[in-house]
Amino acid sequence: MIAQNKGKLAVYWAASCGGCEIAILAIDEKILDVSKHFDIVFWPCATDGKVRDVEKMADGSIDVCLFNGGIRTSEQEYMARLLRRKSKVLVAFGSCASEGCIPGLANLSNRKEIFHTVYHETPSTENPKGVEPQHVTDVPEGKLYLPVFYDTLFTLDQVVDVDYYLPGCPPEAERIWDAITAILENKLPPKGAVIGANTTVCDECPRKRTEKKIRKFYRTWEIIPDEETCLLEQGLVCAGVATRAGCGAKCPKVNSPCIGCYGVNDGVVDFGARLMSALASVIDSDAPEEIDRIIREGIPDPAGTFYRFSLAHSLLRRKKKVPDEE
Amino acid sequence: MAEETFEPKIVGFLCNWCSYRAADLAGTARIKYPPNVRIIRVMCSGRVDPAFVLKALSLGADGVMIAGCHPGECHYIEQNYKAMRRYHMLKHTLRALGLEEDRIRLVWASAAEGQQLAEHIEEFVDDVRKLGPLHWPSNFQENGERWHAVEALAQEHAESLEVL
Repeated sequence: MIAQNKGKLAVYWAASCGGCEIAILAIDEKILDVSKHFDIVFWPCATDGKVRDVEKMADGSIDVCLFNGGIRTSEQEYMARLLRRKSKVLVAFGSCASEGCIPGLANLSNRKEIFHTVYHETPSTENPKGVEPQHVTDVPEGKLYLPVFYDTLFTLDQVVDVDYYLPGCPPEAERIWDAITAILENKLPPKGAVIGANTTVCDECPRKRTEKKIRKFYRTWEIIPDEETCLLEQGLVCAGVATRAGCGAKCPKVNSPCIGCYGVNDGVVDFGARLMSALASVIDSDAPEEIDRIIREGIPDPAGTFYRFSLAHSLLRRKKKVPDEE
Repeated sequence: MAEETFEPKIVGFLCNWCSYRAADLAGTARIKYPPNVRIIRVMCSGRVDPAFVLKALSLGADGVMIAGCHPGECHYIEQNYKAMRRYHMLKHTLRALGLEEDRIRLVWASAAEGQQLAEHIEEFVDDVRKLGPLHWPSNFQENGERWHAVEALAQEHAESLEVL
């Protein structure tokens, strides 16, 4: 009787840290409201369910699937395709699924280099035989398979069709609740939309802003910024100018620059390009050599600074591969 | 197989007030320069969003040229300085992404400098030709192993469903 009009909810994770799963629980007691309206049919992190159970469901029988994490292996791609088929609404939940996030920074490397670091170089690794995971292993009983590890991390929408995006690393509890409410009340925006605000972090930031003129970029450990002035005006690389609002400017409020986890606003194709453009404009110099020096000294890791959360979903997606890596 | 010279595809963003007119002048003066540059007219070099350059590269351009008025002569007072700052920022980032420096170039050419613009283009095309094709989209294509593995997994799961 209770379950009369209950929807079906699935939550899945692929290449992610697990923070998104915890973020769902950060809606606190409202999770009870969620369970009042939804049957949780699949959520490996929180409930006991098997892939086979999902495979047995009719196509489109899951009402909403919150999918967090990027696509790094063939198994994750299989799950993404499976859940796409079984779900009416597929939400790319969190930064990894939407933009690649930190796992996407592995696109500055490739499978070979990653395996080398993980299975040979790390100080805690003891691997005298130099074993690396193989896709196929022959054993007396037959062949054993492991998922194929990709060279490039893909975002969810580079692999399957995505209905909505919920940005953030992780998404704020209030925004998750907004999204759930929108789903429950059937007030969803048009397909393909990001569920969230469409202004920048600067609009939520209480700091005082005047004219921005930078002659030196500082790294966070080099200065203690004053608590009232705009962090970018003080020379810190604050990504708030390029980042979607929704977090309440949490980082700038505690004297730490925005690092851009909420991604771009609607209509912007490349987060890094947006931030590069904004930062370059405030450099207070007209001499090419000096401009170059200010940039090189102040931003030693441009890829990690401009694409910390969005490399996999940027226009270039990854570092250039060297031909013999094929 | 006949060895063909590699002809780079280059996108050129030329500002309306100086460089595009320089290109016009080169045309009317019948100055020859390589046809590799696909010219896009923009109102100002300061209009060139780094995203334009990245998009051109991501869609298969081998190089991108940005051309504007000489510093101090911008029709919009100082926007070409912004172009210069963005160019250095972009170059810094592209280096980190493994791109050769010579694949993007910022040049200045006034409306009277058809000859200079032609020389800049010639030089740039030569430099990019030496670097060879970029073909960025092939960077994130996985090999056939990917499709095979996903299909094999799907098949295996489908078969095990039949058992029960």
